[in-house]
Amino acid sequence: MTIKGKAYIAGAYEHPTRHAPDKTVAQLHAEVALGALKDAGLSRDDVDGYFCAGDAPGPGPATMAEYMNLKLRHVDSTELGGTSYVALAAHAAEAIALGKCDVALITLAGRPRSEGQATGTTPRLRDPNQPEAPWEFPYGMTTANGYAMCAMRHMHQYGTTSEQLAWIKVAASHHAQHNPNAMLPDVITVADVVNSPVIADPLHRLDCCVISDGGGALVIVKPEIAKKLKRPPVKIIGAGETVKHLSGGTFDLTTSGAARTGPIAFAEAGITPADIKYASIYDSFTITVLIQIEDLGFCAKGAGGKFVSDGNLISGTGKLPFNTDGGGLCNNHPANRGGMTKVIEAVRQLRGEAHPKVQVKNCDLVLAQGTGMQLGTRHCSATLIMERE
Amino acid sequence: MAEARKIPSPQVSVENEAFWNAAREGRFTVPTCTACRKAHWYPRAICPFCASDKIEWRAASGKGTIYTYSVMRRAKEPYAIAYVTLAEGPTMMTNIVDCDFDALRVGQPVNVVFKDTENGPPVPMFKPA
Repeated sequence: MTIKGKAYIAGAYEHPTRHAPDKTVAQLHAEVALGALKDAGLSRDDVDGYFCAGDAPGPGPATMAEYMNLKLRHVDSTELGGTSYVALAAHAAEAIALGKCDVALITLAGRPRSEGQATGTTPRLRDPNQPEAPWEFPYGMTTANGYAMCAMRHMHQYGTTSEQLAWIKVAASHHAQHNPNAMLPDVITVADVVNSPVIADPLHRLDCCVISDGGGALVIVKPEIAKKLKRPPVKIIGAGETVKHLSGGTFDLTTSGAARTGPIAFAEAGITPADIKYASIYDSFTITVLIQIEDLGFCAKGAGGKFVSDGNLISGTGKLPFNTDGGGLCNNHPANRGGMTKVIEAVRQLRGEAHPKVQVKNCDLVLAQGTGMQLGTRHCSATLIMERE
Repeated sequence: MAEARKIPSPQVSVENEAFWNAAREGRFTVPTCTACRKAHWYPRAICPFCASDKIEWRAASGKGTIYTYSVMRRAKEPYAIAYVTLAEGPTMMTNIVDCDFDALRVGQPVNVVFKDTENGPPVPMFKPA
């Protein structure tokens, strides 16, 4: 049993807003849903499967299903943090392969910027019933210092430097300059990154992603429907998902769940990392990218610093063009969740609809990789491989 | 030296109260499985390695080494979050305190020290040996 070739991404839409004080979260979800359906050439009445994650208002899918007045025969509200939408695309393909739905809608939206969340630098107690809370919350665990501890260990273990990490932000900025919606559209240098204020050693302000409002949506359909639509067909051919955690206190913070999900997805797709022409790599922080590209096999473990140096992630000149929309590091990070925009830019690349300055030539195989929640403790990883027909 | 941050209280539960009772007496204990003999962290009633419920709170040496750390420079009162690998085996999240943050390094030996929280039991932290 495989999802390879059983479902196609027919519609993809990214909300142009980066700051939406004039809209509600529900409204943004509905706007991106309608945008993705229009892109696909389908209507709301065609949707029979709805997929969402923790950013959707209310518990699970019920609130948004009612708001959009959907008539459903399959639902899935899997919460995997920022990578949810990478995994939900695969879940939609699974449901379609089993005949549980024909037209799957996945939405993401949020307004952390308008709501003024100090997202990454303030400790948050999410649920006192989480058994790990007493062993983490008193110590001032935040988003930023959790990822920073991964970076510090990677530097110790492999000699990675702040300058090498900075190249990841620099590459993203080279792409963002062509995106009129990007929050940080200026091309920057390694010096700009390492001279920006330290947030949590060894991560600087410019090692971090932006905080933005916005959202995005995907429409995934069965092959018979995809063939009747006018948009270039984007075939889902492989996927993997996992949770990586602290394993009872026996862990290696220099690896992510991508070390597990990558091989699973490549095996299902029947390809190798060398076949990938473009990669969307989750970029909450520069270190997030570095660890994932190693884990996916784009370079050896520990060799990521050398790999990303000298612009190897920059489209047109580098070996592995990544995040050609500017990514979370420079473009947007709607709802503090980057998985949706990772899939959307990968779809643009396969369709040949990325900005001409960053469009990868002969782009026929792409990968989207996400890391949700906290790389420094527990995180969810998902890999999705797509092919142009 | 910077040590002004108010430390939030840990959430005491039926599953972990023995640890906090010992902590109030200044004793650092590590949950250890009597079936597979392995110590684990964070503490839980079911062994994460062999799934046995035969867990004992054993007196620990309080010695460890810094696995990784990060000084939160952005905070009003900067503090050092860290993972420390205990002599007993597992690696635990903690803070490194009573030290010069700029002199911290991975691999550094540290010893446990209990620090008071806002209105709960003291929590285990570490200072350079």
